[in-house]
Amino acid sequence: MQYFIQQLINGLTLGSLYGLIAIGYTMVYGIVGMINFAHGDIFMVGAFIALIVFLILAALFYSVPVVVALLVMMIVAMLFTALYNWVIEKVAYRPLRGSFRLAPLITAIGMSITLSNFVQVTQGPRNKPIPPMISEVYNIYGVSISLKQIVIFVVTAVLLAIFSYLVNKTSLGRAQRACEQDQKMAALLGIDVDRTISITFIIGAALAAVAGTLFLMYYGVVVFSDGFVPGVKAFTAAVLGGIGSIPGAVIGGLLIGLIESLWSAYFSIDYKDVAAFSILAIVLIFLPSGILGRPEVEKV
Amino acid sequence: MDTNAPMNKALLKLEHLSMKFGGLVAIGDLSFEARRGEITALIGPNGAGKTTVFNCITGFYKPTEGMIRFTGKDGEEFLLERMPDFQITAKAKVARTFQNIRLFSGMTVLENLLVAQHNKLMKASGYTILGLLGIGGYRAASAQAIEQAKYWLEKAELTDRADDPAGDLPYGAQRRLEIARAMCTGPELLCLDEPAAGLNPRESLALNTLLNDIKANTGTSILLIEHDMSVVMEISDHIVVLEYGRKISDGDPESVRTDPRVIAAYLGVDDEEVEDVLTEVGDEEIIEDLDAGPDPEHGPAASASMLAGSVSETVEHRDDERVTVSKGASKAAQVEARAAKAASGRTGIAKASTDKASSAKAKGKKADKPAARAVRPAAKATTSATSASKGVSNRLAAPRGNRPDDLTLIKGIGKINEKKLNEHGIFHFDQIAEWKKIDVEAAESYLAFDGRIAREEWVKQARQLGKGKTAKPTTDKQRGGTKS
Amino acid sequence: MTTTVSTERGSVAAPVKRAFREALYAGLISFGMFVLIVGLKTDQNIRNELVLEPRWGLLAIVVALTMFGRFAYVAWLQPFMARQKLADTVTGLMPASVTSRFFRLPYFIAALVIMVALYVVSGSLDGWLGAELAGYARFLRALALIYALASVFYYYRAFIHDHFSALGITVMIVYPVFVVLTLALLTGSMAGGFQGSLKWVDNFGIQILIYVMLAWGLNIVVGLAGLLDLGYVAFYAVGAYAYALLGTHYGLSFWILLPAAGCMAAFWGIILGFPVLRLRGDYLAIVTLAFGEIIRMVLINWRVVTNGSAGISGIPKVSFFGLISFDVSAPNYISKVFDIAQSGAYYKIFLYYLILALALLTAFVTVRLRRMPVGRAWEALREDEIACRSLGINTTTTKLTAFATGAMFGGFAGSFFAARQGFVSPESFVFLESAIILAIVVLGGMGSLVGIAVAAAVMIGGTEILRELDFLKVVFGPDFTPELYRMLLFGVAMVVVMVWKPRGFVSNREPTAFLKERKAVSGSFTKEGHG
Repeated sequence: MQYFIQQLINGLTLGSLYGLIAIGYTMVYGIVGMINFAHGDIFMVGAFIALIVFLILAALFYSVPVVVALLVMMIVAMLFTALYNWVIEKVAYRPLRGSFRLAPLITAIGMSITLSNFVQVTQGPRNKPIPPMISEVYNIYGVSISLKQIVIFVVTAVLLAIFSYLVNKTSLGRAQRACEQDQKMAALLGIDVDRTISITFIIGAALAAVAGTLFLMYYGVVVFSDGFVPGVKAFTAAVLGGIGSIPGAVIGGLLIGLIESLWSAYFSIDYKDVAAFSILAIVLIFLPSGILGRPEVEKV
Repeated sequence: MDTNAPMNKALLKLEHLSMKFGGLVAIGDLSFEARRGEITALIGPNGAGKTTVFNCITGFYKPTEGMIRFTGKDGEEFLLERMPDFQITAKAKVARTFQNIRLFSGMTVLENLLVAQHNKLMKASGYTILGLLGIGGYRAASAQAIEQAKYWLEKAELTDRADDPAGDLPYGAQRRLEIARAMCTGPELLCLDEPAAGLNPRESLALNTLLNDIKANTGTSILLIEHDMSVVMEISDHIVVLEYGRKISDGDPESVRTDPRVIAAYLGVDDEEVEDVLTEVGDEEIIEDLDAGPDPEHGPAASASMLAGSVSETVEHRDDERVTVSKGASKAAQVEARAAKAASGRTGIAKASTDKASSAKAKGKKADKPAARAVRPAAKATTSATSASKGVSNRLAAPRGNRPDDLTLIKGIGKINEKKLNEHGIFHFDQIAEWKKIDVEAAESYLAFDGRIAREEWVKQARQLGKGKTAKPTTDKQRGGTKS
Repeated sequence: MTTTVSTERGSVAAPVKRAFREALYAGLISFGMFVLIVGLKTDQNIRNELVLEPRWGLLAIVVALTMFGRFAYVAWLQPFMARQKLADTVTGLMPASVTSRFFRLPYFIAALVIMVALYVVSGSLDGWLGAELAGYARFLRALALIYALASVFYYYRAFIHDHFSALGITVMIVYPVFVVLTLALLTGSMAGGFQGSLKWVDNFGIQILIYVMLAWGLNIVVGLAGLLDLGYVAFYAVGAYAYALLGTHYGLSFWILLPAAGCMAAFWGIILGFPVLRLRGDYLAIVTLAFGEIIRMVLINWRVVTNGSAGISGIPKVSFFGLISFDVSAPNYISKVFDIAQSGAYYKIFLYYLILALALLTAFVTVRLRRMPVGRAWEALREDEIACRSLGINTTTTKLTAFATGAMFGGFAGSFFAARQGFVSPESFVFLESAIILAIVVLGGMGSLVGIAVAAAVMIGGTEILRELDFLKVVFGPDFTPELYRMLLFGVAMVVVMVWKPRGFVSNREPTAFLKERKAVSGSFTKEGHG
C-alpha cells in the first residue's frame, strides 16, 4: 500500500509538470486551432534559461536561499521564454493564420527543430547537470515524499489558481474565450484579436517555463533534446483530456503521469510510454473528443 | 405491407416520426406520404423542423421514434431509419442536396458528376483491381459515365463550364450542379433542401423547368423543402405543411393555399382570440388544470407506436421544467380551434365545461396563469351585443332579496372592487359566473379592472362559490412553480 | 506593413528613419532573446562542474546582424519589392523582373570564363595564392559554375516548365551515368570515376529517392485523401524489420520479400486504421503519432524478436534476380561475370536503379488510381466527407484503402532501406522522420507528384550538400563543422518556405477527367481535408 502511495505521489508530480505544459498546447489549440509542436522545445528553452540563471546566481552570490533562487529562476525563465514564444508567434505563425491548416503545423515542426538545434549549437550537446537544490525528504507513515515534490505541487496549485482566475474572471479570459468561439465576430466587437492571441502564447510559454524550472530542480540535469519527449507526452495529455479544454489538459497531464509511474512500478519500465500512448488510443476510440472535449458537430 | 394498395403508388411513408434533442421536440409524431411520380413539397415557417425531417430520411440523424418506409420500384421495401446514410443512397436510391451547398469545390464540374457515379464505376472496375490492370469493362463503364454526366450537364446548362473548378461557379450554377450531381446517382427519390434559396425569379423559373423535366422524364420522384411559394405552388403535386414539428396541413396546393391554419401559421391570428382557444389546442397546463385529456378531435391520431400516449406524455419533463409550445405560439392550432368552436355550438361543449368546472383546483397555485377559463360556449353571433361602453349585460338593479353575496370571497376582489361591482349592479356569484367574454371585457374596461378578471379567474371562482363548494386542493401531478 | 510612397515621383522613397527605428527595436528583441543562450555558454570545468563562459563577442555579432538585416529589409528590400509592382508612369511598363536582370548574357560569359580559367589552373592555385586564398578561389569557381547552370535553366525555362515531368524522369535515369562519366573525366580513369561516384549516387541519389518514394506514399494518405497521418514512419519500420527478420532467418530473395513486406505493412495499416479512422482531424494526427511511437518503442524493447537497440544486421544484399550477385565472395559476382574491375559502386548504382524503379512504380500507381473511382473518392473525401456519404460512398472503407495503400508503399520503401543498409535499428524510425516526410509532402504541394519530388530533392539534397561544404572551413576556421548547422538550417528552411508558400511549391491540382480541355484547378479551391 505504501508502495502504491509512493508511486501515486511520483506520478502526480510528473503529471503536474505534464499538466503545466499541456495547458500551453490546449490554449493555443483552442484559440488558433493549431498544434504547436514547438511547445515542448519552449519548455526545454525555459529549463535552459533557468539553468543559466542558476549558474549566474551561483557565480555572483556566495549563497542564496533556495526559495529566492527558485523564484528568481522561475520569473526570469518566464520572462525570457515568453519573449521567445511571442517572437515565434509573430514571425512564424501569424502570417499563416487563417490559411491552410497544415501549413502552421509544418512551420511548428520546423520551429521545433530550429529551437532544439539552436540550443544544441549554442550550448553544446552534452548533459548539463547542476548540484541538487533541494534534498530534504520527509517520511510519513513509511511513504517518503521529498520537499522537491511538495514544491512542485504547491507551485502548480498556485499557478493553476491564478491561471483559472485569469481565464474565468478577467476580461482577458473573456476575450480569449470569445476568440476561441468566433474570431471574426470578436474582432468586430472590438477585441484586439492579435493581442489576445499573443497573450495566449505568452501565458502558455510562461507556464512551460515554470515547468522547465521545476523539471530542472527535480531531475537536476537538462539536455537540448529534452524538449521532445515531455512535449509529446504533454500533447498526448492535452488530447486525452480533450483538446481545447483547460481543465482537461490538467486532468490529462495527471493521468499520463500516473499511468507512467504506476506502469513502470508494477509492470515494466520499458513499456511505460507504450502504456501511456495505448491508453490514449483506447480512450479516443471510445471518447472521440477526449475526456472533457467538446464534440464537434457538423451541421448539415 | 398492404398488398391491396397499388405497388407503384406509395414511395416514402413516414409513420409517427419523432425527433427529440434532449427536451426539445424538433419533430413530433409526423406522418405523411410521398407518392411515386409526384413532386411533394414540405413547407412551413422557420424552425418547423423541415431539414430535420430530411436528415432523418437520409440517415444523418437517427429518429427517436417512428418509421420511415421506402418502397423501391421493384417493390423492395426499406426501413430508412435503420440504415446508415451512405446505404440509403446506395441501396434505397434516395439522394439529397443540402441547404448550404456542399460541392467538391476543388474538383471540376465534370469530376463532381463522376464521383456521384462512384458505386457503379467501382463495380465495373472490379473494385479497382481489374481496372488497375487494364482489364475488365472499366473503360466502357467510364465512357458511359461521362455520357451520363454530359446528359446532366446539358440539363443543368453547365456544359460550357464542365472543366472549371466547382468552387468557381456562380451561386445559381452551383445549385444546379448539386441537383445534377444528385441525379447522377440514379435515385428514385430526390430530396432537395431549399433548391431555390438565393435564386432570382428567372433562375427560379429555370429551376421549375428542370424539376418538372426530372419528374416527367426520369421516373424520379421529388421531395422538396422550399420557402419560395412561386416554386412550390407551381410544381408541387402534394404539399405537407409543418409548424413546430407537427403537421398542420396535407393536401394538394389549392387546398393548402386556402387552409386557414396554414395562413395563420404564416401570418398569425388576432390577439383577442388567443386566449380563447387554448383548451382545444391541448395546452398542457389547461389540460392538467381541468383534469381532462385534450380534445381528441384536435389531437394526434392514435399512434401505432407502443410507447405513444397522449401528446403531453411524449414530451419529457425535468422536475422544474415544463417544455411546451409557448402559449399562443401555435397559430394554426388556434385557428383550428376557433373554427371548431364555431362549428360545435353551445350544447356539446357546455356539458363538458360543467364537468370541468366541477373539479376544482386550489387557486393559490395559479397566481398568474393566463386565461384558464373554462370553455365558453361562445355563440358566434352574440346577439345581445352589449357594447363594452354600456357595461356588463346581466346587471341587476338591486341585490336579490337584498342580500348581496360576499364578493370579497373571490380572490382579487377586495372591498373597493366589491363596491364598484355593486355600484355597477353586480351582487351575486352567479352573475359573475354567467359572464360571457363580452361581459368580461365590458367589466374590465368599464370598471377598470385591467385584465384582472381573466388573470385571477373570477368567473371560475364565482361559479364554485355559487355552488357552495369550497376549493379543493389538487392532489395529482406536481405543479411547477409560477410560470411566467 | 506599409511603405511610404512619395506622390511626386513614380518611385517609392526609402524610409530610412523608420528603418532605424525598426532596426533598434529588432536589436532590443534579439538582445533579449540571445543574451542568455548565446551570450553565455554552459561548459564543464576541470572539476566537472558547470560554469558559464561569456561570449559577448558572438552576442554582439548576432545582434548586430539582426539589426542590420532588419534595417536592410525595411529600408531597401521592402521599397524595392513595392517598386517592382509599380508601372512606370511614362512608358506604362512594369520594371524588369529581378531574374531577368540577374541572368544576363555578359554575366554568363564572364562566369564561364572564370570557371574554365580556374579549372585549368586549379593544380597550381595552392602554390600561387596560398592555402587560404586558394580555398576562396575554389569557392568562387563553384559559384561561377552554379551561376552558369542557373543561366542555362533560366534561358530554357519555358521549355523546362512544359516538359518538367519527362525531363525530370530523364534526369533521374541518366544521373548515375552522368556522375560516373563526369568524375571519370575529372580523375582521368573509369575506376576513379566509379569510386568518386559512390558518394554522389548513394548519399544523394539513393537517399533522395527513398524520401521521394516515402513522400509519394504519404501523399496518397495526406495529399489525396486528406487524412493527417503523423506516424507514417511506423509502416516504413514494419517493412524494414519484416524484410530484415525474414531475410536473416529464412534467407529468401529480395524479390519475394519485397511484396511480403508490403503486404505486412498494408495489413498493419488496416489494423491501425480500423479503430482510428472515425476520429477527425487533429485527433487522428495525435493517434497516428502515438502509434508511430508505440511501434518504435516495441522495436526497442522486444529484444527477443527485434534485438532491441542493437538492431538486426547481416541482411543479405540484393542480387539481380539471382543471376548476378553483388557479394564479393559469391561466384557470380558482377566483376567476374562481366570481367570488369571490382568496385563497391556497382551495387550502389544497381540499388539506385532499383529504388528509382520502385519510386516510379509508386508514381504510376498513384496516377492510375487517381483516375479510378477510388482515387476520385479519396479526393472527394478530402473536399467534403458529408457530401461523399450523401452520394452513397462508404467513407470508412475508402479511408481504409487510402491508409492501407499508403502503408504498402511505405513498406516497400522500408524493405529497400533494409536491403541497402544491410542493418536496421530503431534509431532510424523516430518521429522526426515522419515529420520530415510530411513536411516534404506539404512543401511540395499536396497531391502533386512533381512538386513533392522537387521538394524532396531540395530539402534532402540541400542538407546533404551541407556536408560537402568543407571549403567553408577556410572561411570560418577549422573548428567549423557545417554538420552541426545542418539540422538548424533545415528547421529554419522549413519555416521560411512554409511562410513564403503556405500551399507548397505546386498548389494547383490536375483534374483527372475533362470534357474539352484539362484546366488546372487553383489551390485556393482545394480543401485540405479534416480526416
